[in-house]
Amino acid sequence: MSRIETIISELSSISNNPRKAMEDYKKETGKGSVGVMPYYAPEEIIHAAGFLPVGIWGGQKSISKARAYLPPFACSIMQSVMEMQLEGVYDDLEAVLFPVPCDTLKCLSQKWKGTSPVIVFTHPQNRKLEAANKFLAEEYRLVREKLETILNVKITDEALNQSIETYNENRKVMREFTDLAANYPQIIDPRIRHAIIKARFFMEKSKHTAMVKELNSELKSLPVEAFTGKKVVLTGIMAEPNEVLDILKDNGFAVVADDLAQESRLFRNDVPSGTDPLYRLAKWWQEFDGCSLATDAKKSRGPMLMEMVKGSKADAVVVCMMKFCDPEEFDYPIYYRQFEEAGIKSLFIEIDLETTSFEQTKTRVQSFSEML
Amino acid sequence: MTDTTAMSAKELLGFYQEELYEEARRAKKEGKLVCWSASVAPSEFCVAMDVAMIYPETHAAGIGARKGALDVLEVADEKGYNVDTCSYARVNLGYMELLKQEALTGITPEKLEKSPAARIPLPDFVITCNNICNTLLKWYENLAVELNIPCIIIDVPFNHTMPIPQYAKDYIAEQFKEAITQLEEICGKKFDYDKFLKVQEQTQRSVAQWNRIAALSSHKPSPLNGFDLFNYMALIVCARSKDYAEITFKKFADELEENLNKGIFAFKGNEQKRVTWEGIAVWPHLGHTFKGLKNLGNIMTGSAYPGLWNVSYTPGDMSSMAEAYTRIYINTCLDNKVKVLSDVISGGKCDGVIYHQNRSCKLMSFLNVETADILQKENGLPYVSFDGDQTDPRNFSPAQFDTRIQALDEMMKQNKEGVSNE
Repeated sequence: MSRIETIISELSSISNNPRKAMEDYKKETGKGSVGVMPYYAPEEIIHAAGFLPVGIWGGQKSISKARAYLPPFACSIMQSVMEMQLEGVYDDLEAVLFPVPCDTLKCLSQKWKGTSPVIVFTHPQNRKLEAANKFLAEEYRLVREKLETILNVKITDEALNQSIETYNENRKVMREFTDLAANYPQIIDPRIRHAIIKARFFMEKSKHTAMVKELNSELKSLPVEAFTGKKVVLTGIMAEPNEVLDILKDNGFAVVADDLAQESRLFRNDVPSGTDPLYRLAKWWQEFDGCSLATDAKKSRGPMLMEMVKGSKADAVVVCMMKFCDPEEFDYPIYYRQFEEAGIKSLFIEIDLETTSFEQTKTRVQSFSEML
Repeated sequence: MTDTTAMSAKELLGFYQEELYEEARRAKKEGKLVCWSASVAPSEFCVAMDVAMIYPETHAAGIGARKGALDVLEVADEKGYNVDTCSYARVNLGYMELLKQEALTGITPEKLEKSPAARIPLPDFVITCNNICNTLLKWYENLAVELNIPCIIIDVPFNHTMPIPQYAKDYIAEQFKEAITQLEEICGKKFDYDKFLKVQEQTQRSVAQWNRIAALSSHKPSPLNGFDLFNYMALIVCARSKDYAEITFKKFADELEENLNKGIFAFKGNEQKRVTWEGIAVWPHLGHTFKGLKNLGNIMTGSAYPGLWNVSYTPGDMSSMAEAYTRIYINTCLDNKVKVLSDVISGGKCDGVIYHQNRSCKLMSFLNVETADILQKENGLPYVSFDGDQTDPRNFSPAQFDTRIQALDEMMKQNKEGVSNE
């Protein structure tokens, strides 16, 4: 097995088995894990406490128990998170960090069915004002206090600034990776690309950085081969289950860039420099744009996606629409119109974590491939 | 000027509603500014600047109630709006699209021509506030971008912990200052702080009369049916910063008090059971829901929804105003939400609760299971929920509604008999 294959296999195995990653971390450090709900929680604070931040993004699952607590029009990701709460999947977490940037999450933050304590905080939405930074830094101060109490550790500014650097380094390496991946679609296919990014959620970040860094340098040493398939940019919340990514691969598509909340949106910006770490983390949210969950009366998402298509020389955008995610659903008509006006092709596929039959997606991707 | 002194409250309601739309149309004709506003966004700033206001939620509810929603929903559908999103937003975005087409081509689209709703002018800018949902942020982003107009945002962060911390009020008060700066720029004139204070005082007088009406449902039998509040709500939304609301509500409260003194009650005949309605009305099926309850001898005497506009604060105090606009019960944690609803149920001396699982409103639906469970443990009252929608007529099944309220009725009866047998 080549070094590249080994790294891919290790990261894929971590991304497929978060529980084992948590257990390994505990064995190694004696410390536990803290859950991080979507979207955009400052996991640096957990890292600075020495605990493992673990991303909670649901999973491919049939929904039964959650039906008692959520009507069918709740988004697919939260249906599956609720189902797993009820199954006790998250009960080994020391705490759960819970942002509330949409109406569904506001409600979900008030009805956690697991046993771990939940720490809720609110992102401000009038984001370009200085007052928003102050508000969010204050929310983060309370998050830190609550974590300190629950985890029984002191989280110093120094440790926090250090963790921010660790995370920024990871962000930088991830941006390099996604750029490189676009040149090597024969090696980094859509599923592998996703697994490498997803492993971030279950690893201490400097470890993840080191592995991806090595992968990047191995990739760079290889010649770039001509790619005969089609190149696409993914946008949306996430592009799971893996079957969706496999369908793209099977139809000759390469993912050359993404604007997914589970992937590049998390690392396209660094946390800005400064001295007060909580203020720095707050400022990240102010500078972050192009996401349905971060209010933007200028709606820069469409133009940003078009830039992305241009920059990555993509043939089209694939809209991965999370079922029943209203923030994403509201963005769609605007950027769709902008795509039409600019002659950019797009394919709309529905993301439903409960699905086991992918025939519809298959047909749509196939006919889209023929159209391009 | 029309003499309104002899008008009944009902006549005043109709008169002022039409007057508000007429003012906006006139403003547009005269080249003055028109603003579209979220229903519980602070109205004080724009009114102080003499901007004519239109409230899309009320307008959408009106279209729904007049059975005109499907036509405009179809327009939104064609633009790519998913049928799973809020129907108020879809009705308004569809309607906006028709107005835009008309403005661009000079030809009135057929669907606009035959829409049963009041004609409204396109806005010059919009103001939104997320105290009743984040959907209002997404919806207004789209209005601003589609019409290429400014958007004033008042963000009131979800209060996951009560009481509301000072730093949250500070953040909101800072946004009020920013809104004033934006308005000065949009209107091309200085903000009139003296007038603003007067508008704040007017708003408080309107709210006081509104609360006076709502309190009357505590009488048993009640002179007020809660469904009337759904109708009068149009003015607490659209005119609370004008005297139109105060005049109408005072008249209505006076009439109800007079009825109470004379022994005239809302339920003709004998009111048998009293219910709380949790959630927004089902506008396209208002008659069915009202009659369904009435035919079983039930009257609605509790609803937390009208209380959203209980924006009581101290005029001149921005922090107090910030608090009033952020403490809306659906913008607070479950504990507080339950507390507010518990007061509504006991205030209305209710025998049961109906929860509207509103396809359009995730925020007002996703905590219903927990809310109902906690409240039932607390007060022992029966409850039911039904599937509906505020404006999309397709998401409501009359038969399901009837079955559910019949079940509630039986449980309430049993409960009452149980009590009287003790």
